[in-house]
Amino acid sequence: MPDASTSAKGDLKLSNLTKSYGDFKAVDDLTLTIPEGSFFALLGPSGCGKTTTLRMIAGLEEPTSGKISIGATDITDKRPYQRPVNTVFQNYALFPHLTIFENIAFGLRRRGVKDVKEQVEKVLNLVELPHLADRKPTQLSGGQQQRIAVARAIVNRPALLLLDEPLGALDLKLRRQMQIELKWIQTEVGLTFVHVTHDQEEAMTMADTIAVMNEGRIEQMGSPAELYDNPKTAFVANFLGQSNLIQGNIVDSDGDYHVVDLYGQKTKVLKNRTHSRNNSVLYAIRPEKLRIDTENHTRPGNRFTGGHIVDVSYIGVSTQYQVELPWGQEIMVFEQNDDGIPPLDKGDEVTLSWEPSFSFALDGAQDANAGSEVNPEAE
Amino acid sequence: MAVIARAKDASTSELKKKSLVPYFLLAPGLIWLSLFFVAPIITLVGTATKTPGAGIGEFVQTYRWANYWDAITGSAGQFGRSFLYATIATLIALAIAYPLAYGIAFKSGKYKNILLVLVVAPFFCSFILRTIAWKQILGQNGPVFRLLLDLHLATPMTHLTASPSAVIIGLAYNFLPFMTLPLYGSLERIDPRVLEASGDLYANAFTTFRRVTVPLSMPGVVAGTLLTFIPAAGDYVNAEILGNPSTKMIGNVINAQFLNTQDYPLAASLSFILMIIISVLVMVYIRKAGTEELV
Repeated sequence: MPDASTSAKGDLKLSNLTKSYGDFKAVDDLTLTIPEGSFFALLGPSGCGKTTTLRMIAGLEEPTSGKISIGATDITDKRPYQRPVNTVFQNYALFPHLTIFENIAFGLRRRGVKDVKEQVEKVLNLVELPHLADRKPTQLSGGQQQRIAVARAIVNRPALLLLDEPLGALDLKLRRQMQIELKWIQTEVGLTFVHVTHDQEEAMTMADTIAVMNEGRIEQMGSPAELYDNPKTAFVANFLGQSNLIQGNIVDSDGDYHVVDLYGQKTKVLKNRTHSRNNSVLYAIRPEKLRIDTENHTRPGNRFTGGHIVDVSYIGVSTQYQVELPWGQEIMVFEQNDDGIPPLDKGDEVTLSWEPSFSFALDGAQDANAGSEVNPEAE
Repeated sequence: MAVIARAKDASTSELKKKSLVPYFLLAPGLIWLSLFFVAPIITLVGTATKTPGAGIGEFVQTYRWANYWDAITGSAGQFGRSFLYATIATLIALAIAYPLAYGIAFKSGKYKNILLVLVVAPFFCSFILRTIAWKQILGQNGPVFRLLLDLHLATPMTHLTASPSAVIIGLAYNFLPFMTLPLYGSLERIDPRVLEASGDLYANAFTTFRRVTVPLSMPGVVAGTLLTFIPAAGDYVNAEILGNPSTKMIGNVINAQFLNTQDYPLAASLSFILMIIISVLVMVYIRKAGTEELV
């Protein structure tokens, strides 16, 4: 019974998608296009609406308003089983009463495919578990169940594969390995993957495009490098990696650069990396972009003088310093341990310097802590 | 070294102490069972092969095994009727309890606990009283009969009570909670995400029910049907109150032989045969249902 909707192909389009529970808007007027064949990640803290969005695409949740379409086909009012969409559930949701073979064959059988053996075996080989066909799900390890859940979905070759925190239940090492494997599987089968996660590293490792969600809206969308290097909001700057945000004012212009006054110290930031509507800005620099030196040692570029180290953590590849600046604010500095010089000590007077083009500036009206106080592991 | 050795000693003595705990915990149950289950069964088997002695109501042990055969041939009709009624009542109870348990497990929301209390509420009232109440409900002046009269489905000459259907209705009603609770238990344990996964994999609501919900609720179905069938097969109250002389079940025969006729050997052999038949049926059933596969 493959009708027009179950065989639809093309880009996924969400138009003004909204989901309200009473007064609370879980997803707020979301408009988004996910190109066919891409690996797309919806990233955000718990409660940001990413899972609700995914469930609406799967048909497990009904939108309050808005439209979902794949290619030219509107699937908004289709039942889950009528959509060319398959889901890898958070805790896998394998059928406990069926063998691994029958779990994978389930979707094929429901669509009336007569000879399922060849397709099931092919996908079992793809996830490298052909020897487990006759086992029951409870006899498998977490990592193996995860792969079977992926196999059970991709065997149907859906227009869209949805992954709901698929690696959340695995330990760190296995998670890293599965990230690479999932990315490889996606390239291999060429399907559109929509991946929901709260783990920024996971999203950055796998996705071509990431949409950072916060309070039911998309804060910013782009490639992992774009989002990390040029965040447009304090939330994104803090949620993806760490940022030092310092309150300041644009006081002058110098070619491609704005001159920013930060508590009396003049610094520069590229105009096209400044995202503020007025002169009040949050001047931002990533901890690993800062260079730390003892007083009187000078480097070209921007500089903060008069800081002193309040905390030192040696973590092998790098040393992390917490530096208090003259106006009392503490900022983070990550220094690669690549020069053989022993780390500086607590209490040392230091100068921080950086390449002006590495910094960015955000709207000064925002909360400088947005996105940093949320615990990304909390679910 | 010494510290480690001492620690080891401590842990092994701990283990020894622990290994006795299960026996202590089992003891009350084992003593209870041997006093009130094993001992009576041995007495029962012994009584079954006795024959009448000199005095009235006196029986002597003569190991007359043919008593068993006499019991079977003498009450074959009641045995057959018991299992037929019990089977039909079990099927009716299953048909009523499954949607009920399903509704409570998946659709009841905040009323779940209230509904569960209502399922067991009949137990607050005596079994016999409730059965007698059915006599009123199904009687010539009861609401069911009047409705049937109004619908011209019955004439004043027909009657609902004192009939096989009344007995079966009574059995199905009385054991309904025993069917509902295990069904609810196994349905409630089903992970809703597994049902969502089925819908996601192109199964509509009916196929999901047939391919996922029903197989996953099989442990409840097996437990519920056993808890209904076994007591229903041995029941005599429903046949006594709601039946007529031609609806007598094996429970009624055993009851009459023990308490009225006082033919203890016959009553004992009937009881023992009933027990054996039920045990065999249950074993075959569990084999067929394959519940050990389900966990």
